[in-house]
Amino acid sequence: MKVKEVVELIDGEVLLGDEKLNVEVPAAYSADLLSDVLALTEEDTLLITGTVSLQVIRVAEILGIIGIIFVRGKKPQDNVIQVAQKRLDIPLIVTKKTMFETSGLLYQKGIRPCKNRSAREV
Amino acid sequence: MEKILDFKIKGRDFINAGESTSKMKNYFKKIGISSKIIKRILVASYEAELNVVAHADSGVMEIFVDEDKIVVTVEDEGPGIEDIDRAMQEGFSTASDEVREMGFGAGMGLPNIKRNSDDLEIESEVNKGTRVKMVFNVS
Repeated sequence: MKVKEVVELIDGEVLLGDEKLNVEVPAAYSADLLSDVLALTEEDTLLITGTVSLQVIRVAEILGIIGIIFVRGKKPQDNVIQVAQKRLDIPLIVTKKTMFETSGLLYQKGIRPCKNRSAREV
Repeated sequence: MEKILDFKIKGRDFINAGESTSKMKNYFKKIGISSKIIKRILVASYEAELNVVAHADSGVMEIFVDEDKIVVTVEDEGPGIEDIDRAMQEGFSTASDEVREMGFGAGMGLPNIKRNSDDLEIESEVNKGTRVKMVFNVS
């Protein structure tokens, strides 16, 4: 499934990366805690999050996140989007749907969790 | 070992935290380190940098390279760690609400540094500071 189809599915608004919407979504991971994203994901993934701080962009850069969906209608501030524009070449999408619904819709369409570990295995 | 990069870290400066990892990434790519190892170095270094930003007054990150390993040291002036064994436990955190609101402070930083490095040394003195040395084998 392509990012473009994900955007339609969750009624998303593309904030950045219009030219990257044909990228295939390999897998997804949902978390608000960036500590968890940093410690528990084990491969490149689409990130579904309600965290809109600047650090989410840094984490995406470090981990090779392929795109970010901000849920619950939370939109990062302009300065965060500007850093993303400079540093990342990935789509940023915002949806009014909850993290649960967003994840469920993607799962229903065949997208699976990225390779990950539980906190007990860190 | 040759020192190839160093960065100053300012306590509470969450805006610039992570700038250094960007520069490291570019440098390691240039010298031909595999992307898998780069990711491990960046994750561990970023966690260590965030610890300084979250808890200390100021710090310095230094990166050293020789043929078969990369060493990253992060040294800060700050509160120090009272009980290192406890800090290494997954889930133990003394992070502020501010840090938690940004998405951190889950008590996984040090365990994650340990997991991503091949060797980790932590020295700390309460009310003085902490020194973290991370070694990454590259060959």
